[in-house]
Parts: sequence; structure tokens; C-alpha cells
Amino acid sequence: MAVPSHMEFFIDPNRCIGCQSCVQACGECDTHKGHPMIHLEYVDRAHSTQTTPVVCMHCDQPTCAEVCPADAIKRTGDGVVQTARKPRCIACNNCVLACPFGVPKMKAEFQLMMKCDMCYDRVSAGKKPMCATVCPSGALFFGSREQVEQLRPRSTPINQFHFGNQVITTKVNMMTPKVGRAEYIDVTAAMNEGAIGKEITLNVLMDGLFGEKERQ
Amino acid sequence: MAKLADQLNNITKRFGPHPAFSAGVRLATNVEPDNVVKTHCCFCGQQCGIQLKVKDNVVIGFEPWEDFPFNQGMLCPKGVKRYLQGAHPDRLLTAFERDESAEGGFRPIPYDQAIDYVAYEIQRIQSAYGNDAFAVLSGASLTIEKAYLMGKFARVALKTANIDYNGRLCMVSAAAGNKKAFGIDRAANPWSDILKAEVVWISGANIAECAPITTNYVWQARENGAKIIVVDPRITPVARTCDLFLPVKPGRDVALFNGILHLMIENDWLDHDFIHNYTVGFDAVAEHVREWTPRRTAEVTGVTERAIGQAAEMWGEAKSSFLLHARGVEHHSHGVQNVLGAINIVLASGRIGREGCGYATITGQGNGQGGREHGQKCDQLPGARDINNPEHRAYIADVWGINEKEMPGAGVDAYELFRKIERGEIKGLLSICFNPKVSLPDNNFVAGMLDKLEFYVAIDFFLNESAHHADIVLPGSLHEEDEGIVTQVEGRVIKINKAVDPPGDAKQDWRIVQDIARAMGRERGFTFNEPREILDELRVASKGYIADYSGVTYEKIERQGGVFWPCPNEDHPGTPRLFEPGSWNPIANGAGPFYFHDGKARFNVAPYTPPAEDVDEEYPIILTTGRVVSQFLSGTQTRRIGPLVDQYPEPRIEMHPQLAEKLGVKDGDWTSAESRRGQITLKAQVVTTIRPDTIFVPYHWAGAKSANQLTIAAQDPISKIPEYKVCAVRVKKAEAAPDWADGERRA
Repeated sequence: MAVPSHMEFFIDPNRCIGCQSCVQACGECDTHKGHPMIHLEYVDRAHSTQTTPVVCMHCDQPTCAEVCPADAIKRTGDGVVQTARKPRCIACNNCVLACPFGVPKMKAEFQLMMKCDMCYDRVSAGKKPMCATVCPSGALFFGSREQVEQLRPRSTPINQFHFGNQVITTKVNMMTPKVGRAEYIDVTAAMNEGAIGKEITLNVLMDGLFGEKERQ
Repeated sequence: MAKLADQLNNITKRFGPHPAFSAGVRLATNVEPDNVVKTHCCFCGQQCGIQLKVKDNVVIGFEPWEDFPFNQGMLCPKGVKRYLQGAHPDRLLTAFERDESAEGGFRPIPYDQAIDYVAYEIQRIQSAYGNDAFAVLSGASLTIEKAYLMGKFARVALKTANIDYNGRLCMVSAAAGNKKAFGIDRAANPWSDILKAEVVWISGANIAECAPITTNYVWQARENGAKIIVVDPRITPVARTCDLFLPVKPGRDVALFNGILHLMIENDWLDHDFIHNYTVGFDAVAEHVREWTPRRTAEVTGVTERAIGQAAEMWGEAKSSFLLHARGVEHHSHGVQNVLGAINIVLASGRIGREGCGYATITGQGNGQGGREHGQKCDQLPGARDINNPEHRAYIADVWGINEKEMPGAGVDAYELFRKIERGEIKGLLSICFNPKVSLPDNNFVAGMLDKLEFYVAIDFFLNESAHHADIVLPGSLHEEDEGIVTQVEGRVIKINKAVDPPGDAKQDWRIVQDIARAMGRERGFTFNEPREILDELRVASKGYIADYSGVTYEKIERQGGVFWPCPNEDHPGTPRLFEPGSWNPIANGAGPFYFHDGKARFNVAPYTPPAEDVDEEYPIILTTGRVVSQFLSGTQTRRIGPLVDQYPEPRIEMHPQLAEKLGVKDGDWTSAESRRGQITLKAQVVTTIRPDTIFVPYHWAGAKSANQLTIAAQDPISKIPEYKVCAVRVKKAEAAPDWADGERRA
């Protein structure tokens, strides 16, 4: 069975609370038990509680597959980029280094690249991926486009990413604020800027703090 | 007799906490479970639905339960990994007697022998010192059947007045405030009303970490256009993207609410019809808040006048709203006043008892709601009845088949109980589902009092830190080894289903309690064969009063996805939303929707008083305590679940860089915080997400890592809740790493 074409994955970092439920649940998935494939990071904990979860974006033209010298990474017809095939993977790390989103993990103990396969065993059987089922904040969501439009009227799903000159279209969508009117996300544009959390959080706390201005 | 049995190292080597990880069949792929059991999480008051996968009498994993309406499959990391508490190497598989020569300081003994010993000691102490010299400490994570049985056991089998429970540390301020204002203690609305609110006000509730599933309700309300106001000394994950953040100084919440009401009155953001028709006492409150000008409110709360004004306007002009609070406003020596202040701004707005207009405390413990209704509280009888009310006593005495005169009167709260041990008035203790050595404030005093007891018996499934001091430990049951009902945060009664049998000599807690009663020759009234029979008696015991469960059955819960109490008869579907116009209750009897004789809600003057221990030159910094998402309460379970331990291994001292700079502390430095009661050395976490005058330490750890060595045993005079959220400390860079950090120093 294939992943139903009307069902899509949506990531909304705006909602993420950093609880790691997705990471803990990913490690319970039957195909890679004990090995969570999700990356969940604080953007800049010193200045903000902002966290951001990253699953495989399932690119239309996956860089990981393009750079694989052993042709071990396959994208199935329903758009899911599968984890490396064990008999083929030579553990060369090319995919780990090349993936613009930093998704694949090299599992040295298995001599195998492993990554999120959108819970292919669950999704192709009509279920939702484990992480998007348990996520208590809705930061990870799996459903139809109609559903997400109805549930998230303030956001627009975007699935085009610019890394310098490389344009990547993905099966997984990133929710962005409607007010921003973005058509794509320019990932490298902000690479040399500091984390914006710094200014924002200082303002939020200090502006509301009576007496702090007077002291400074 | 009750002295620390052995070197701590010896105890922990034998009994843990050891972190468990998935292994064996739990790690194997494509294992077909024998059984998949629909039940609920064993941890917090959200009581998320979950399915447990069972193989050979072991819970081997979970599957989300998407059809359960409250959480629809969602879980926090604790729920995901909860299954690792079963088949755990630290599990108590026999009864134990203290024996200093034994491995770990305790030697296994036959269960029946332990029960006989316990019965003998109870009777010895009671005949020597009187019935009240033996006390019971119970817990709000027990099912309602067990909680009911504990209250009955104390009053009928032990004939002692001294029973109280760990809900005393949790939401009693909310309970007391709700009873004063509404006449009933329950969340006024189902969470579905959050989705329809124009403004969601969150005071003192770190929703993302302590009630993670509620996050989705708050975010969905925002998607629907709601403004979110968060009041907290820290920028919690939910505060990060709220519409208005008020960084309140710990211990000043009621001042803020009074200041908001002041502006609501000044700007006429009031529902005059509601105030007139459905409330009493507004004028006195209006007079009281006259002095709470924005200027004064700002000075006391540490929040700017501008932010106070914005909050008042957002709240005042809303057409619908939901106000949520939790321990952040309740854990104070004036916790009830904080709660009353919150309720006053709800009542003045008239936004309660309707769709999208709500108010609730976010209950903390698994059965925090149900556990506080049916008589394990020192002054309460089943159905939320009052042990001092002659009619209530007579009704329950009749249900229990005893003479009303035999029923003890009100006992004392859980902390006062330890002061009674100090005074020599209490000599023996039975504890279940309670780890006071970790969870009570000023816990070095608590540990000393456990040592002072002549006899202490603890029932638990792991050897919790309080049980280190026990003479006898009886092996109790895990959540998944028993069935029963629990009332979650919304007031929805849900059903816990049994997935596996207790291992070894471990027994379901209600059986253990009945075994003690039988060994004492007092088995009359303690011959239940299954939890369903206990529920049937509770249904009668609760009938006709406020917390009426008489129409709650296991079958109805399963059919409806839960039953909201009050549910006064078998045909009644339950009551999701309280206080709807025209609704009936047994107190007002048709006079109005609130639970007073005139059917009207009460405004209560809520005066501000500073915390019991304010900062001074000697102790200039505020300590506030709370939770992290991967740990739960005193950590008896979660400190034994490996992946949760790894997620946040040790407590840290959270502080603002301005404070850190003043102290010469850098992120990751060993840092000491000291109060008048104790001292703790932990690594600093330097973050701009906390007020510069406040440090935060989570409280889930024991011994040298326990935040409650520092906290103060000051209590609210009404609710008796301890003031966990404010005490005064001094902080400095530590000269050396603490002893427990040996491993880290080597590394």
C-alpha cells in the first residue's frame, strides 16, 4: 500500500514546546525501535524557549539520493524518501553531509544511514506517523490540506526552500505566518545573522518588568 | 525505631532508582501483542487516553488512542515512556522488613507476616497512645475507589482522625477558593470551551511542561482568533508566543488581579446584569480594589502599568474568555486569596456558565480532582461532604454501618501531621502514594520526623525515599495492574483498565488495606472483592450531595468517553459545563446555578499580603520551584524511566544573565543556593527567560538534589497549602562540585 496522496505532513515550529514527545515516540516505532530519527533543538536556549523539530522533508529530488554512490536511497512513488537500504549502504556519510536539512543519521553500530521514513509502515497502512499522532502542541501535524486550512487559518504551508542557488521542493510542508506572505523559505539568507531570539525575548521580559528600565 | 536503615548508597544500590530502558521483547520489532488495552496515562491530571500493548503479562509498549476525545492520541514524553515502569528491576516483589544487616537495609519477609506485624503495631500504638496517634498519608494518584477506601479505612478500621493526602500540596487552594466563590470545587467547563474563547488568560501555569496536552487547546483557540495572556515569572514555552506576557514577581498574583478589577470598574468593563442577578458581594470587592491603582499594582507585582492596562483592556473588552490557573498562583501562603482574586475578575466579566466562557484550575495529579472529593482529606467525607456537619456524618455513618458517634472528627493537614509527630502526638504512620521526604517543603525536618516515629509502614511499588525510613514496606500495585475510575482536569470521570497482573507478592492496594483491616479483626466493611463493588458503595455514599457520582458506571464511561460529574442518576449523561443558567443543583435547589442556597456566586474580598518569607539583605533572591516536562512529582516513577532521565538528568538553577553577572556565575557553573533551612549545589542555567530577581529549581529529585531542602513550610491559613513558589535565598558560585557529581568531575 502507498501513502494516500491527499495526506500531507505539516511542521509548525511556532507551536513547538520542546517537550520531546516526538523524539521519545519516534524511538518506539517498529522499524527502528530505540533509535529516534527526529531532530529537536533549542534555537538559542540562552535567550528563548524556542525549539524546532525536524523530520525528513522528503524532497522531490532528494539530495541524499543524488549523492549516494551506492544508490541505496530510494524515493517511492508516493513521494516518501526511504531510509538507506541495508544491503547497499556503504556508510560513506555522503548523504549525511549533503542533506541541506541535516536529516540523515549515520548509525555506526549498524554501518547504516538511517532517517525518518514518515513512518512508512504506519502511513501506508492508513495511520498517521507516530510523531504527528502524539505531538501535544500540533507542531507536527499529518492530515489533508483542507484540514490544515481549516485548523490553521493564520498560516500558509510552504514546501519550497532556497539554499543559495539550490531550490528544493518537498513533500513535507513548513507552516509560515500568513502575514509574511512568503512563497518560499530562503534558508541561507539569515545564515550570518545572530539568532533573533535574543532581541525578541529581552524585549518581552524587560518591557513588562516594572522598575527594570529605571534601574538601567 | 524508625531510623534511616542503612547507608544511602547501600539502599540505592539495591532498590534504585535505576533507569530502565527498552530491551528484549520491548525492543524487538514486529512483536504481535497478546492484548492491547485501552486505558489512561498514570501521570498528570490530563489523564490522556493511551493503549498499552501487553505480551506475556508485561506492558511492552504503547499505541496512541486517537478516539479518546480529550487528547485524541496526543501524549507527552512521560506518557510515551510510561510503560518502562513495569517489569522494572527496582520493583518491590515481596514485603520487606527493615534489617540493617540485609542487603540494602531491608530483608524480604512473607506478605502475611508483614501484614500481621503491621496490624500488631497499629494496635499497640493505638492502645498505648490513643487512636489518633496512628496516622495515614494517602495520595491523589490513587483511583477514586482506593481514595474512598483510604478515607473509610482511617475512620472505620483505624478510628483515627488523622488522615490527609498529598493533594494538600497540589490544588487545595483552588479547591478552597472555588468553594468560597462557587460552592463547588470542579473545573467549571470542559476544555472544548477553551477553543471558543476570545481571550485565554493563563496565570501561574507552565502548561507546556505540566499539562502538555492543554497546549493544543490554547494554540487552537489562538488559531480561532483568541488573544493569549500569560502571567508567569518565566517565559515558559507557551509564554514565548503569547499576545501579552506579564512577568509577575512571585507571590504577587492577587495584587495583579485586584489591579485588573480596578481597571475593569474604572472603564465599566463589567457585566452589570450578571453581577446583579447571579452574584453577591461585588460592592465590598469594588471598594477593596479602589486602592489597587495601576501605579500601586505595578509597584507590587513588578509588572509595568502599561502591560497591566493592556491586560485589563484585552480581558475587559472580550465577549468570551477562559481563565486558567495552576500551582503558580496556588502554592502560596495566600494561595486562596490569589484564587479568589482570579475568580473575581471572572465573575465581574460575567463570562462563566456559557459556551466559550470558562474558568478552571489545571489539576496536577492523575486523580487530583477525584482524589480530593471522597474523604481522604482530613476534614471531608465522600461526595465532598463535611466531616463537621452532623447531617453529613449521619448519612455516611449509615452507609458505613457504624454509629455516627464512633466516627472521628476532623484531623489535621499533611504538614501539621509532621508537627504532631514532633510533639509526640503521632507515633505511627501508614503512607501510600505519597513521598513526603521529597515532596514536602523544608524536607530535612520531614525526614527527621519519619525517624522519630515508633512505627512506619509504607505501601509502594518502588522503595521511594520516604520508605527508606519505614519499618515495613508492603508491595503495592502499578496503575496498569488494577482498575478503577479517576476524575481528570475537566471533571470528566474516566476508567483505568487493568492490563497486567501484579508480579510476585505485589498486591492491588485496596487488597493490602483490606488485609490490614482483617488482621486487626476489623474486616467488617472491608470485604470488597473488586473495585466495582467499592464504586457501587461510593455511588451511594456520594449520592445527593455536591460531588454526586451515583449515576457513574464503568459502562457509561466506556459508552460516552467519560462522564462529567455531577451525575445524579443512571439516566443522567453527566454535566460537562457547570453554572449554566437554569441549571439545578442540590444546594440551591432551583434558586440559581451556583452551589449556595440563593443560587448566587460570591465575590470575596481578596487582600494582598506579601510572601511569608520575603527577600532581605541576607537572603536577597526569590526561589521559585516547579516541574520539568520529563519528570513527575517526587520522581518515584519517572526517575526510574531511562529515556526520561536522559531528557533532563539533573536539576539546574535557572537564572537571568543580569543576576549571573552580578554573582560571577557562568552557564554550567556549579552554583549554591541557600535558604534559612537548607542548601543545594547545582549547575547554573543562565537564560534571559526568567526575572532577574528570581531563580527557578525543579523539585523532582531527592537528597542533595532536592529543592525542597530550601523551601519554606509556611502554609495558607485556609487551604494549608505550602508556599513552594516563594522563599528567600542567597546564591553564589560554588567552591567545588557537590559530592554526588564525582562521575562528572572525572569526566
